[in-house]
Amino acid sequence: MSTVQTEPVFRARSISKVYRMGEVDVSALRGVDLDLYAGELAVFLGASGSGKSTLLNILGGLDVPSGGQVFYREREMTGADESERTGFRRRSVGFVFQFYNLIPSLTALENVELVTEIAEDPMPAEDALSLVGLQPRMHHFPAQMSGGEQQRVAIARAIAKRPEVLLCDEPTGALDYTTGKRVLEVIEKVNSTLGTTTAVITHNAAIADMADRVIRLRSGEIVEEYANKAKKRPDELSW
Amino acid sequence: MTILNRKVFRELARMRGQVIAITLVMACGIMLYVSSRHTYISLLKSQESYYATYRFADVFAGVKRAPASAAEEIARIPGVSSVRTRIVMDVNLDVPGLDEPATGRLVSMPERRRPVLNDVAIQEGRYPAVGRPEEVIISEAFAKANGLAPDDRIGAVINGRQKALRVVGIGLSPEYVYEVQGTGSIFPDNLRFGVIWMARDALGAAFDMEGGFNDLSVALSSDARELDVIDRMDLVLEPYGSTGAYGRGSQISHRFLMDEIIGLSVSSNFTPAVFLGIAALLLHIVFSRMVRAQRDQIAIMKAFGYNYLTIGWHYLKFAFLAITGGTLLGIVGGFLLGRPLTALYQDYYRFPDLVYELNYEVIALAAVISVSAAFLGTLHALRSAMSLPPAEAMRPDSPAHFRPLAMERLGVHQMLTPVWRMIFRNMERKPVKTLLSAFGIAMAVAILVMGRFTFDSIEYLIDYQFRTVQRDDAAVVFAGPRPARARFELSHLPGVVRSEPYRAVPVRLRAGHIAKQTAINGLDPAGELRQLIDRDGQALTLPPEGVVLTRTLADLLAVREGDLVDVEVLEGSRMQGRLPVSLLVDELIGISAYMDNRALNRFLGEGSTISGAYLSVDPLRADALYRTLKETPAVAGVAVREAVIKGFEDSIAESTSATTFTLTVFACIIACGMVYNGARIALEERNREMASLRVLGFTEREISVVLLGEQAIVTLMAIPIGFLIGWGLCYLAVNATAQELYRMPLVITGKTYAFAFLVVSAAAVVSAYVVHRQLRHLDMIGVLKVQE
Repeated sequence: MSTVQTEPVFRARSISKVYRMGEVDVSALRGVDLDLYAGELAVFLGASGSGKSTLLNILGGLDVPSGGQVFYREREMTGADESERTGFRRRSVGFVFQFYNLIPSLTALENVELVTEIAEDPMPAEDALSLVGLQPRMHHFPAQMSGGEQQRVAIARAIAKRPEVLLCDEPTGALDYTTGKRVLEVIEKVNSTLGTTTAVITHNAAIADMADRVIRLRSGEIVEEYANKAKKRPDELSW
Repeated sequence: MTILNRKVFRELARMRGQVIAITLVMACGIMLYVSSRHTYISLLKSQESYYATYRFADVFAGVKRAPASAAEEIARIPGVSSVRTRIVMDVNLDVPGLDEPATGRLVSMPERRRPVLNDVAIQEGRYPAVGRPEEVIISEAFAKANGLAPDDRIGAVINGRQKALRVVGIGLSPEYVYEVQGTGSIFPDNLRFGVIWMARDALGAAFDMEGGFNDLSVALSSDARELDVIDRMDLVLEPYGSTGAYGRGSQISHRFLMDEIIGLSVSSNFTPAVFLGIAALLLHIVFSRMVRAQRDQIAIMKAFGYNYLTIGWHYLKFAFLAITGGTLLGIVGGFLLGRPLTALYQDYYRFPDLVYELNYEVIALAAVISVSAAFLGTLHALRSAMSLPPAEAMRPDSPAHFRPLAMERLGVHQMLTPVWRMIFRNMERKPVKTLLSAFGIAMAVAILVMGRFTFDSIEYLIDYQFRTVQRDDAAVVFAGPRPARARFELSHLPGVVRSEPYRAVPVRLRAGHIAKQTAINGLDPAGELRQLIDRDGQALTLPPEGVVLTRTLADLLAVREGDLVDVEVLEGSRMQGRLPVSLLVDELIGISAYMDNRALNRFLGEGSTISGAYLSVDPLRADALYRTLKETPAVAGVAVREAVIKGFEDSIAESTSATTFTLTVFACIIACGMVYNGARIALEERNREMASLRVLGFTEREISVVLLGEQAIVTLMAIPIGFLIGWGLCYLAVNATAQELYRMPLVITGKTYAFAFLVVSAAAVVSAYVVHRQLRHLDMIGVLKVQE
């Protein structure tokens, strides 16, 4: 998919983020400009502490920047209060984290239903699970599943509301090689079949090969950004 | 300070909310223990020193009239160390400012003051002067209730003649620590009953008792056998119209006081035990959670070479420090609270001075109890901390394992939203924790029920006894048996709407080897002012023959309907006979017996004779009637029902509301402590789940359901359990105090249940709100970025 013709879903302009860690101020982001386009799969590369998670959290409405502006579509998110950001997450964003953060007392299906219940136009929870290939295990509790399976449930839970964006923070960080690739396949499938704008954060450079666009961060700044001409399928990746 | 100790202090500071909850519950338990134990010891010591200083007698007897020689004979009985003869008479009093007649018990005192048995402790004023027969000492309770002071005057009808008495002193006596008239009226009515001590010569002359006596008190030597002495005294006094000698055990003031002291001793152990159990429960919940959360820290410590004893001691220190504040607060507060608590007893039990001092044994025991509670509460957590193998502890706690449980098997889960499924599954997975939490809150409910039960029970007792059984407005007692026509003289008095005569005769009932002293009340079979009631509250018809017993009396004598009882009349002819038990009735006060008054007259071999009458009175003319009765020499006493009820309610209300208030505050502390701790722990254990939900777009309000839903269910579950436990505790309390004098009915009103429900729910809501506010500080990002 070519990224230039489509309109941006997110527009970030010179955003900065300063954390106060005890006595010192730590700059996590220093004037980042970024557009994310509809339907693209963007991979954010960077070492630990490069600011990539902070950027994702700000885009997803989990965090607010210290300076700069963020637009989601036409709306400026920078001034949104906590309840507006909650509503935004509820309607438009799907999150996937390194640790799956499933609710241990709910089955796979119920974890997904947790979201479909409060979403405005969700897909049936079963469909979300079959999209990640887990329909046969939908009545299992998290403790009865492998890490890869749990992460796929987390993806199903993130996409069941039909979000406009799917934000994945080190989705394979806690998984082994084979299951990690299986999870990436699911992310790719969601992106290509549902057209969900997808951002994947990773420190694993090999994953960049499946992206439409790659953004590399270092010390809170974007140091490199390029369109990936030779996009690979996840099963072709290796590291 | 060692590093580990620093860790203890810092973490205690971090957990301050929970530490405060534990401190308060612990403080309540220790405070209750220390205060009620001090009160108990205070009453016991005060009683002991009072009885010793003012020479309270061991055996008592009343006679019609006996010569001094009879007393000399009794003094010779082995085991008798001293004897005091007196003249004791109940008379009608005219108290300034009081419309109804009051009853004064005139008690003779030696002309010149000398130490005697049942002596008077003068609180104010002086002893009557020699040769001044009008000078008297009156009892303190009566003086206070009527606002009487030395130099005031009261009128008395003495042997049919109006006399003016001059108050010169206010006094107390070990015989009247609990000041009631006796038989029938067992609740103090200090406005209308008082003891009046006056010179013996004056009293002897007035009642034609010169050289004789009608009351006898005996002190026993330490090796004496009370029952033997009583038997021999009965033999000596028999010819003089004795109503039977009895020991302290049957002396009404002593019995009430002992019942109170024993009851206090039981409750001083029981109620605090509940609080300390709850403190231990809270410690258990908080510390189990702490050790679970600090698995990795324990592992590191063990890996660095700390041995299991050091680690155990480390966590035990937490517990000890957590309870220290509560224990100290409880000890100091308990000692301070004990004094006003003891003073409350002063309203019923009058001592010249109350001994209230710090008891080191109680303090030491309180400390031992709280340390034991701490140890017991943390035992489980300590064991798991000490036994945790370091390698295993380094790994995160195994993930919560959920399996389909009862809810799935029953299919209930389909009716619930995922959030409620989370709540129920969490509770189902930890049934012991859930039940313990519910139990803690249930105890708060139970304490509230118990606190208000006293109100309910007494209200019911008053209503039952004074409105259902006794329906008269006033009961007139004649100075002695009168011919039946006296009734008509009464019915012609102004304001009398209806009068029903009765014949009351003191008797000793005997079945086998068991004997009980009481009175047979001969009732008018056509009467309406006195009802016989069975246990279902149904009115019964008075049988024309035989004797009707209250169920308690029948149980004491071990007889049933149809059995025969031996009746020994304790006045006049002193005849003996045998009567069948024709009916059993249920009453809450006393151990009365009833008969058809004609059958009683026949049994006594007398014509139509009456002892008094029950009156129904026109309220508008009541004052005039009572004024007339006050001046009628033939009338020995008048019991005005509403006045009796009011006096009783007034005096009981103060002490009961103080107790109820204290228990309510303490129950709130328990409920708050349980709910706050439960919610705090849920907040810690579920923060990951709640952060996930927040990320998924749930609002703060929506996730607080996850946090507080469980507390809400536990509280709702606890309330009916608490009702049951409360009922059970009341049942135990009723059975512990079921006695000859009165029986507390097991009545708990809906109001009481509603009260307990509202108080505990409110406490739960307040503490839930406090924890709910902490949700604002939930760190969504931080929580989700770390491994479970």
